[in-house]
Amino acid sequence: MSVAPPVRRFDAIVVGAGGSGLRAALELARANFKVAVLTKVFPTRSHTVAAQGGVAAPLANSSEDHWHWHMYDTVKGSDYLGDQDAIEYMCRRATEVVVELEHMGMPFDRLENGRIYQRPFGGHTQDYGSAKMAMRACAVADRTGHAMLHTLYQQNVRANSQFFVEWMALDLIRDPQDGAVLGVTALEMETGEVSIFQAKATLFATGGSGRMFFSSTNAFVNTGDGPGMAARAGIPLQDMEFYQFHPTGVYGAGVLITEGVRGEGGYLLNRNGERFMERYAPNARDLASRDVVSRAMTTEIKEGRGCGPEADHVLLKLDHLGPEVINQRLPGIREIAIKFANTDPVREPIPVVPTAHYQMGGIPANYLGQVVAPEGASHEAIVPGFYAAGECACVSVHGGNRLGCNSLLDLLVFGKSSGEQMIRDLRALPRPHRNLTPDAGDLSRARLARLDAASSGERVADVYAELRKTMQAHCGVFRFPELLLEGVEKMKQIAARLGRVYIQDRSKIFNTARIEALELDNLAEAALATVVSAQARKESRGAQARSDFPERDDRDWMKHTLWYKEGNRLAYKPVHLKPLTVEAFEPKVRTY
Amino acid sequence: MKFTIYRYDPDRDERPYLKDYEVTPDPADRMLLDALVRVKAQDESLAFRRSCREGVCGSDAMNINGRNGLACITKLADLPQHVTLRPLPGLPVIRDLIVDMTQFFKQYESVKPYLVNHEAPPERERLQSPAEREALNGLYECILCACCSTACPSFWWNPDKFVGPAGLLQAYRFLADSRDLASSERLDDLEDPYRLFRCHTIMNCVDVCPKGLNPTRAIGKIKEMMVKRAI
Ligand SMILES: Cc1cc2nc3c(=O)[nH]c(=O)nc-3n(C[C@H](O)[C@H](O)[C@H](O)COP(=O)(O)OP(=O)(O)OC[C@H]3O[C@@H](n4cnc5c(N)ncnc54)[C@H](O)[C@@H]3O)c2cc1C
Ligand code: SF4
Ligand code: SF4
Ligand code: FES
Repeated sequence: MSVAPPVRRFDAIVVGAGGSGLRAALELARANFKVAVLTKVFPTRSHTVAAQGGVAAPLANSSEDHWHWHMYDTVKGSDYLGDQDAIEYMCRRATEVVVELEHMGMPFDRLENGRIYQRPFGGHTQDYGSAKMAMRACAVADRTGHAMLHTLYQQNVRANSQFFVEWMALDLIRDPQDGAVLGVTALEMETGEVSIFQAKATLFATGGSGRMFFSSTNAFVNTGDGPGMAARAGIPLQDMEFYQFHPTGVYGAGVLITEGVRGEGGYLLNRNGERFMERYAPNARDLASRDVVSRAMTTEIKEGRGCGPEADHVLLKLDHLGPEVINQRLPGIREIAIKFANTDPVREPIPVVPTAHYQMGGIPANYLGQVVAPEGASHEAIVPGFYAAGECACVSVHGGNRLGCNSLLDLLVFGKSSGEQMIRDLRALPRPHRNLTPDAGDLSRARLARLDAASSGERVADVYAELRKTMQAHCGVFRFPELLLEGVEKMKQIAARLGRVYIQDRSKIFNTARIEALELDNLAEAALATVVSAQARKESRGAQARSDFPERDDRDWMKHTLWYKEGNRLAYKPVHLKPLTVEAFEPKVRTY
Repeated sequence: MKFTIYRYDPDRDERPYLKDYEVTPDPADRMLLDALVRVKAQDESLAFRRSCREGVCGSDAMNINGRNGLACITKLADLPQHVTLRPLPGLPVIRDLIVDMTQFFKQYESVKPYLVNHEAPPERERLQSPAEREALNGLYECILCACCSTACPSFWWNPDKFVGPAGLLQAYRFLADSRDLASSERLDDLEDPYRLFRCHTIMNCVDVCPKGLNPTRAIGKIKEMMVKRAI
């Protein structure tokens, strides 16, 4: 690695080929820009493929609905930490992007009248939080993400997008003059070669970081690469303490059982056979927001009402829906339960536990996908040339807690809007590329050189296991002050150990040991940001539930966290309480 | 458990060889992929693809005791004590269990796997009846794992000319879609001694598909459509 890596030039690069990356790439390819889409895995293997329940849009096909109701639910669901301008933007564009997806060929389930089938989902209500649930989740059985990812990939095939499959982006390249992002370094797995991808517009769409927890619904590849790269390049990470635990991961396996099961009429039981959600959320019951349901389950288990010999899980009952509904609407769930829980839900309930699922925080961006960071007097100065969308971004529409089906929607809306913004910016920019400084790419070269040189030290697998155990134990559904403090110290040590990891495999060809070491660097940034931000936030809001500060504190904590890698430092910035055109929703006590 | 695994790293090895591993799965390990992760903890140089670990992404197709399948949904309990793992047959090996899938994806792309409908789209969704939608079941669920095509003798002999079961399943997925208006172009494209007609109904594909899909039936339906339009 002594010679400088070759440079490849594009108008734009998109890092990530999940739902958000593919939606953005499609916009760019249709506008005839020269675009490179980089992805660690073949596009249809991105984790969007695993999304089950649906994509939210107020189509009103099965119940009365309105984008403003959807906006209310999302603001309330976020525990008032979501930016109301961005939430209005998303809810207003929901119908457009979902209909568009249908036109692209998405095989949505249908109603008798030929329209898209919609089911209820947690936290989605009619008439500003009434007891009536809205049918807002547009579904393809329980394979919505699979159908969406394939549909978007198919459209990219049609539009001739240029993919760099099994290329891993390593680091951001910024112009030392003004901090503008000029592209990334990336490693081709098949050959081990590193290149610089230079572009006038760089979008991160790298997905989640769920592998930081021991028990997770996330894929092996969800290692927080976007946040990791951004943090190393001096960009802060926003609201990382808000990590969503999904109520229904398969006990022992972590594989997800969609909330759509409860949307179709399934419910949770404790060891006494009691439908305990009635006590915690008298109106919405099992369809309360995820943070509420996960806390209720954890409380049931803690108080000794869990099921099984260890009393450490609860049961999800759905056999009363009957085999027809299960086979037609939830066939994938049946498959998963049989394979991973040894139970056939047509006859028996599924053992479930709250499982790490979704990162609400991420790279700070506005609703046009532009990455923003504090600079001078501004909390949100645009970082030129840099964009982020999807789970790796914090826009922030999900605030302290994401509603089910709002992520797939977020991918479509902000994938599209960031593509549109990149096009506008590309058209406004001068034709030639900027000059790269000779040290562009040095950070990646140094990281790789260290790995190549180290002949002893810590094993990647050991540090990885330790990281996941630490986060699970110290930063879970309920957060305790001492555990958080200890967690911060442990994570700092783990981050320090990373500088000493070594790999034995020196091969250039598809060296997965090297890839895993590089991924772990990113995961550690995301994990450290998460636990440090959680330790500092002295309140309970959304997914952050502290034993010592059980209430929401709007006076002191109605603000977004920003974590900087340098100095492990925190800063804060205001929440956008003002929507684009409508009246603001004032914070209220949140009950379901 | 004993694992015998195909190893080949062109950067290092003259030729492929088989290597034995002994692992004791944890009681919590359910699937072959869990055991493979343990093997990799012993020997980090073993290369294989994996991502979702729940049978939806199609990454970890491999040949398991002579039969193609996904490691992540192959139960350890269903396997004998000695397991032999090889890369998917018929595709060039990049390293160990990782094969070069270029040819497979080329064939997939060759069927124009996207909805074609040049009529101006309505303001809202195009309508489709539940029955019309139902016609896509068993087709759209394909995860492009290549278990089927790499078990198909016709694909082994003519990977550049025969579309193969996975590609043909997708071809039919669009032929079967009431919203797609390109049926006759699609049929024209497949009316070829190789692209479609190399299938000799050997059914290996149906046998191995980890998602329980039936490419042979789809191929039969395409042939039916061709006959119908000929009359
Ligand atoms: C099991 C499960 C079920 C879910 N169900 C629903 C649901 O029903 N409804 C809903 O709204 N949401 C759901 N979600 C959430 C939602 O699916 C995800 O948040 C969303 O799919 C993330 O999409 P994405 O485009 O941000 O990233 P992903 O789909 O995760 O894609 C990330 C992409 O980035 C690439 N990448 C990452 N790092 C690098 C790198 N360094 N270099 C190059 N490429 C890189 C990867 O290869 C991949 O292509 C679910 C999530 C899970 C885990
Ligand atoms: S039925 Fe046709 S496609 Fe399937 S394995 Fe046999 S020859 Fe191949
Ligand atoms: S048809 Fe089945 S075996 Fe073939 S690629 Fe699709 S999912 Fe895999
Ligand atoms: S890892 Fe995704 S199919 Fe096995």
